[in-house]
Amino acid sequence: MMQAPDLPTWAAVIIGLLVLGGSVLTLVGAFGLIRLPTFYARVHATTLGATAGMAAILVASMLCFSVLQSRPVVHEILIALFVTLTTPVTLILLARAAIYRDRSEKAPQVPDMPGARRKG
Amino acid sequence: MTSLILALVITASQILLGLAMGCAAFRMLRGPRAQDRVLALDTLYVTAMLLLLTYGIQTGRTLYFEAALVIALMGFVGTVALGKFLMRGEVIE
Repeated sequence: MMQAPDLPTWAAVIIGLLVLGGSVLTLVGAFGLIRLPTFYARVHATTLGATAGMAAILVASMLCFSVLQSRPVVHEILIALFVTLTTPVTLILLARAAIYRDRSEKAPQVPDMPGARRKG
Repeated sequence: MTSLILALVITASQILLGLAMGCAAFRMLRGPRAQDRVLALDTLYVTAMLLLLTYGIQTGRTLYFEAALVIALMGFVGTVALGKFLMRGEVIE
C-alpha cells in the first residue's frame, strides 16, 4: 500500500525529511539496544527514539494534517506532552529497580549506595 | 511525482521502524535479565506508536492518531507496573 496525500512540494519535502530522520533516529536507538553491553548503557540508547524520533515524526504529522485541512491541527501535542512526561518516570523507575536487584544479588560492577555505611 | 517520492520515503520509514521493532523484539526474547526485557517492551511500545503515526500521515486519517495515543497511555502503565513489580515483587501493595 504505497500511497501519500496530495501535498504541495515544500510541505512534502519537509514531511519526508522529518519522517525519514525520525525513523532513522529510532532505528539507531533500537540498534543500541542490541549492541550495547550492559543494561545501564542500554537505558540511554532507547531514549533516542522516545525523544528525537518522536518529536520529528509528530512535527511531520502536525504539518501534514495542518496543510491537508487548511487550519492548524495541533492535537499531536498531546502525545508529545504525554511521552515527554512519562518516559523519564518509567526509565528512572526501571533503572532503580535494576540497581536494587543488582545490589541485592551483590553484582560486581554496581556501586554501593552513596553515603551508606558498609556493614562488616 | 512529489506524491510518489513522498510515498516511497514514508514506506522506507515504515520499514526502518519495523526493523527497530525487530531489534526491540530480539532484545525482549534474548535479554539476559528481566529488566532488559521490560526496557525492550517499552521501546517496542514507543516504536509501534511512531509506526501508527506514519500510517496516519500516509492515509491522511486521524483515526491512527487516537490509536497512537492509546498505545502511549497503555505503554506507560505497563512499564510502570512491570518496574514496580521488579522492585518490590508486587504491583499493588
